Amino acid sequence: MMLFVAIFAQFAVGGLTLVGLRRRPALAAALGVVVLACSAVLVAARGIGGAETSSYSVRWLPILGFNLNVQLDGFAVVMALLVSVLGAAVLVYSLAYFEHDGTYARFVGLFMAFAGSMFGLVLAEDLFTMFVFWELTSVWSFLLIGLNDKSTSARQAAVRALLTTGAGGLCLLAGVGILQVQYGTTSFSELLAAGPSGNFAHAAAILLLLGAFTKSAQFPFHFWLPGAMAAPTPVSAYLHSATMVKAGIVLLARTSPIFADVGVWRWWVVVAGVVTMVLGGWRALREVDAKLVLAYSTVSQLGLLTVLFGVGNRYATYAGVAHIVAHAIFKVGLFLGVGVIDHEIGTRDVSKIGAARRAMPTTTLAMVLSLLSMAGIIPLLGFATKEKALVALLDLERDAVGVVALAGVVVGSVLSVAYSIRLLRAVLRSDVAPERSQVAAHSSVDADHHSSVAVRIALSGPVVVAAAVSLAAGLTAATVGSWLVAPSKSLDVNAVSKLALWPGINDALITSAIVIAVGAVIGWRAPLSQSATSAATGERVFDGLYDTTMRLAKRITAVTQSGSLPIYVGVTLLVAAGGLVAGLVIDAPRLTGGVSWGSPLEALVSIVAMVLAVGVAVARPRFAGALFLGGVGYAIAVLFAMRGAPDLATTQLLVETLTIVVFLLALRSMTQKTGTHVGWTPRVLRLGIAVGVGIVVPLFLLAARASRIRPSPAQEYFARSLDEAGGRNVVNVILVDFRGFDTMGEIVVLAVAALGVVNLVRRAAR
Amino acid sequence: MSVWEFAVIAVLFGVGAYMVTERSLTRIALGVGVLGNGVNVVIITAGSNTGEAPILGRTGDLTDPLPQALVLTAIVIGFALLTFLMTLAWRNWTLTHDDEVEDDVEDRMIASRAERMDKSGDQPHHEDVVP
Repeated sequence: MMLFVAIFAQFAVGGLTLVGLRRRPALAAALGVVVLACSAVLVAARGIGGAETSSYSVRWLPILGFNLNVQLDGFAVVMALLVSVLGAAVLVYSLAYFEHDGTYARFVGLFMAFAGSMFGLVLAEDLFTMFVFWELTSVWSFLLIGLNDKSTSARQAAVRALLTTGAGGLCLLAGVGILQVQYGTTSFSELLAAGPSGNFAHAAAILLLLGAFTKSAQFPFHFWLPGAMAAPTPVSAYLHSATMVKAGIVLLARTSPIFADVGVWRWWVVVAGVVTMVLGGWRALREVDAKLVLAYSTVSQLGLLTVLFGVGNRYATYAGVAHIVAHAIFKVGLFLGVGVIDHEIGTRDVSKIGAARRAMPTTTLAMVLSLLSMAGIIPLLGFATKEKALVALLDLERDAVGVVALAGVVVGSVLSVAYSIRLLRAVLRSDVAPERSQVAAHSSVDADHHSSVAVRIALSGPVVVAAAVSLAAGLTAATVGSWLVAPSKSLDVNAVSKLALWPGINDALITSAIVIAVGAVIGWRAPLSQSATSAATGERVFDGLYDTTMRLAKRITAVTQSGSLPIYVGVTLLVAAGGLVAGLVIDAPRLTGGVSWGSPLEALVSIVAMVLAVGVAVARPRFAGALFLGGVGYAIAVLFAMRGAPDLATTQLLVETLTIVVFLLALRSMTQKTGTHVGWTPRVLRLGIAVGVGIVVPLFLLAARASRIRPSPAQEYFARSLDEAGGRNVVNVILVDFRGFDTMGEIVVLAVAALGVVNLVRRAAR
Repeated sequence: MSVWEFAVIAVLFGVGAYMVTERSLTRIALGVGVLGNGVNVVIITAGSNTGEAPILGRTGDLTDPLPQALVLTAIVIGFALLTFLMTLAWRNWTLTHDDEVEDDVEDRMIASRAERMDKSGDQPHHEDVVP
């Protein structure tokens, strides 16, 4: 129950800010910090590292088996703490980072709504609940990336992120649907017990992976994440490094135990993870914008996490949980640190950020610590977790998947060390002069709101705290590691391991030493300034697809929506005739048989009807056309009379007479001849359609008559007509009694048409 | 079913199809009238054989009453439709001295926009994102 309260409190602050506190964003942010802190305390009170689980469920769509189930198990505690504590830290930071205007109010509102969604996502106990919060995070992320709605690139990045993660969300939904239909549940524990296998499980597994990979920016969907860096730094730090991109990892972590044995799962997860890790690392080594370096390093680290959760080994799961924590802490510190530097000296160019060193020694020191943690260097937390990852991968069976995973992660780790060291060089570089102009601009703006000391503390506070935590947790790795055992066990009951500051000389440590040495050399030699890199290939492919889709849509609209009524009608007729032809060809029914030559009188009347009908088409004067139409009607009435349908004949006679009257009334004011403007399309084509329709319809009628499979209900009507309705004329009895509602509907149609006619006439007459 | 019914249906549908693809609303209405007659004959022919009127007490083979009931309704509704169409044509004429159905301008604009885009290699991505 309290869990839901926590989620809704966060949403409530978000909504309140967007609606009620637009003018007091600072107050809203403070409120948000309080709510997030309370959530964190609430979660922590359940016991960090404790093994007990509490859950709560709300019935939502019981008929479909969909309920909102949240559960606080060990893993959820870790993730929820990350979400709420980092959220509070970033919110404090944002107070100093933004000017307190309408945009900031929007930021706070969206931020809190996002935090609530993310909180719900990590607590979700079943796939359906997770999907609901998952989609919410996609939407908030879209709005936050596009926070600066006047920038075209920000809007494009937002659209790109939304479409990519949205497409993944649809895949996830399809997977959830398959599992729900196949196993009657989407709960993680129940699915694990069911042990999915077979084709449906394969399909579901692939769909879930597509969802996870788009969300967590795994190859080939990695391109949207660096683009999302168009968002303000607090957004990037929180959504695109610490929390939202972890949603895919959370999904993987929760579902890996379920699907680990399903054929494609391990291969795909490991290959995607390894490729992402190496590709992200490579790009991070070449970017010039420090924020983009961090963005690609996030992509790379997410690749590592994917591999760890994908291989499904008992050490790997533990290493994955540990590395999620380590990564979130050092990455949030780094992002916020780059934001501070950007805020102070107005640039993020890696060849220039060294200028901030002298002005901000504390922040710089904090960033160095976080960078060392990212590189995985003793004694920081990143060392212990990276070490554990290597242990887990070295422990794998030496089958093809295991070798690929190990080799990929080693190469990726070398690159991680390299880009960390390169950024370290950039931060520590002393031979750059600060560009003062922008510093002045920033301080003067800020002076209006805060004393500059408060700004400094709010800005660099979270950076320093993050670095301090990385260091402290690294030094007390054994204790921190023991807290992470229960969370790993809640994912995989076999998970077991521990963290250590000094693991002793073993294979992993030797590998680690080699990785650091090679990486350091590469990082030290990598140039800081690079010729401008072209847009990422994935981004270009996406844009190409997007543009092509839009263009194709317009072209299809242009072709199908020509705006010409004759073309629409012609196409409708062709499709109808085509359907009939298809029926004739596919079923190939008997066409002959049951055809008689008819009486001479029938022949005479039919010929008259046909001649008059042709007359309707040929006569140019409107008046003549109307009269010919009346003639056709009378001839048909005679045919009806000869076919044993006197009621029809009478009605037809009366109605045709009325029709002629209506035509004459309407035509009175028009010119005699219809216009000759009929050259919209070749007359031949119209004739072709007409002849086709004229041949196909009677042929189909022949087939229909020959294919009767049930007797007519006529005998029943004959039997009941006199007894039940007291009438001998069965047609009349049907109309007013057996099918009386049909007749009532018909009368309503007449009334509506009459109302329409009256209104049209009166308006036009005015 | 006789060859004559076959022929009448063929001609009514052919003439109807030919006329509803015109632009003059009067002639479209005439086409709808012809098509309507054709449909009625089809239903009657499909549903029953020639025989005596379906009135109890008559001797001989009675025809099926159900198609007749359906067609009777159809005749009346067809009349309502024709009347409404002719009123539209009349109104159009009183307002514009024309009863032609023009092309939809909006649809034309979309088409010409797509053409422009193809020619200039315009990037729809940018165009559509700008509010």
